[in-house]
Amino acid sequence: MAGTTLFEKIWQAHVVDEKPGEPALIYIDLHLVHEVTSPQAFEGLRLAGRPVRRPDLTIATMDHNVPTERGPITDLIAKAQLDALRANCEEFGVPLNATGSGREGIVHVMGPELGITQPGMTIVCGDSHTSTHGAFGALAFGIGTSEVEHVMATQTLLQSRPKTMQIRFSGTLPFGVTAKDMVLAAIGKIGVDGGVGYAIEYAGEAIETLSMEGRMTICNMSIEAGARAGMVAPDATTFAYIEGRPGAPKGAAWDQAVARWSALKSDADATFDRIVDIDVTTLTPQVTWGTNPGMVVPVDGTVPDPADFADPTDREAAERALQYMGLEAGTPVTEITIDRVFIGSCTNARIEDLRAAATVVRGKHVASTVRAMVVPGSAKVKHQAEQEGLDKVFVDAGFEWREAGCSMCLGMNPDTLSPGERCASTSNRNFEGRQGSGGRTHLLSPTMAAAAAVAGRFVDVRELG
Amino acid sequence: MRELRQVTSVVAIIDRPDIDTDQIIPKQFLKRIERTGYGQFLFYDWMKEPDFELHKPDFKGAEILLAGRNFGCGSSREHAAWALEDYGFRIVIAPSYSDIFRSNSVKTGIATITLPDAELAQLKAALAQRNELTVDMETLTITHPDGLAITFAFDEFAQETLVHGLDDIARTLKRDDAIAAYEAATPGRFDTRTLST
Repeated sequence: MAGTTLFEKIWQAHVVDEKPGEPALIYIDLHLVHEVTSPQAFEGLRLAGRPVRRPDLTIATMDHNVPTERGPITDLIAKAQLDALRANCEEFGVPLNATGSGREGIVHVMGPELGITQPGMTIVCGDSHTSTHGAFGALAFGIGTSEVEHVMATQTLLQSRPKTMQIRFSGTLPFGVTAKDMVLAAIGKIGVDGGVGYAIEYAGEAIETLSMEGRMTICNMSIEAGARAGMVAPDATTFAYIEGRPGAPKGAAWDQAVARWSALKSDADATFDRIVDIDVTTLTPQVTWGTNPGMVVPVDGTVPDPADFADPTDREAAERALQYMGLEAGTPVTEITIDRVFIGSCTNARIEDLRAAATVVRGKHVASTVRAMVVPGSAKVKHQAEQEGLDKVFVDAGFEWREAGCSMCLGMNPDTLSPGERCASTSNRNFEGRQGSGGRTHLLSPTMAAAAAVAGRFVDVRELG
Repeated sequence: MRELRQVTSVVAIIDRPDIDTDQIIPKQFLKRIERTGYGQFLFYDWMKEPDFELHKPDFKGAEILLAGRNFGCGSSREHAAWALEDYGFRIVIAPSYSDIFRSNSVKTGIATITLPDAELAQLKAALAQRNELTVDMETLTITHPDGLAITFAFDEFAQETLVHGLDDIARTLKRDDAIAAYEAATPGRFDTRTLST
């Protein structure tokens, strides 16, 4: 019998019930909740008189619309949504890491740092970047509000089994090239719909040598290639990250868990529905030029000419993107000047990301034409960064140092771009208006964003030595 | 959820690829805690453009939307499906969809029909002559008044859900024995309510 993949092992272990011609009923080990996609689900439970079945496997935080400046929230509609989350969590017995608790943060930063994101689990959240948690060898995917309610009521989901894809990153990552560049290059290669219908497993030497932060960055953006879930087989790096965290097993249970987790990998003879190979030895820092994450070029490249796209649909999309982005075909990426820099989001606002960006800006200053901000991924990341003096490095360099939250990744809070403003952003989506109506977003790594802040334009971070 | 058996309507065509859910419903409208009333915000930024497709008088009252590949990509916000439904759409026809949007649509009473490029081209040609289609979710057929008829594949479980307007949660709760048995056999890892700091 052929071997099984990591995905298949986790899937099989979570099938509660299966009927022919129907999606499988899958058990959910952890449900993460936030203020934006949950109020209608709680209301649905209330109307039907249903409880949250497993509040002990559920945890909420406030992240999407919280302001990142200190002081009371002034947006009354956002406040009402946060108040609703607080009231709902109390009514249904769901634990909440509220703003000011010291444990709040972007939901996909909070789970791993609490040690409740563990190998072999199924994890869902009403947020498409739930794929982040797959970095720990979990099957983690985003769901809509109706599914949020379904999980609250039953701790299960009806799911059709996805196909499997393996993306193999071979070779050693060159100096100055990061996990963000790996995933942007992968999306550029397979396209923003290349992963639709698949669960992706990332593998290869360049994955094995990555930190957990780097693996999270890659799994996070699986959804930008259309894949609901992305995952990495757990190893010593994974176990070292989890050990000692609040949710981690302790004592003898830890040793048993590590033994169990160590078996969670694709068998050598396992087969995937699709395999993609990417050699990282020639990889360069990436910058997006258009209005989806697949519209990406190396920093030493130029803005593409729509005429060079063979497919008429792609050509029209490129034309529209260039018009929206206010860019001319053929412009070298390093000649594009920027107005704003955003270092933050569930993709790139963990401690390692902030350390890397701080290294680039230490002793330098943000260009006079640029407004730059750093928004840590969680209260704990913020605290840790302040312990290390990173806040001072950023503030001395002219960055704004903010409170934790999703912030300008999606601009639900007051942190938004004005029409026409161009932003170098470490976030995950460069869709039209994503960071503010009319705003122009370029996605890139934290070090590339830091370098752009100093130069006032895109620069190749490798040239800074 | 409303039943979805048969729709006869003009077809609104937005022939662009990768229409993301940020376009369908921008973030500033996700702060509301209600499930209804999102239709007025559908394609909020694009609606400001005078030549946006949905302003075409021919498309007025359309309950069927025809769009490009990878429709509904990006954010998992179910508000996108709610906005489409509240605006009046019950059927979307496209070459492909994002997985989360497709799932959200079923739960909102919208059918996402996938057609290969060749059949989409036939459909567009017929609609250019006369803009009207009938979609039958019981027989899984699309018919044009000039005679074109296309049958399409559709997930059987999703079809039953849509046609009868079924509630997933009520159906799953009937399987409580299986869920309880699974839980009894699976030891807990942690309790989120009592995590140490």
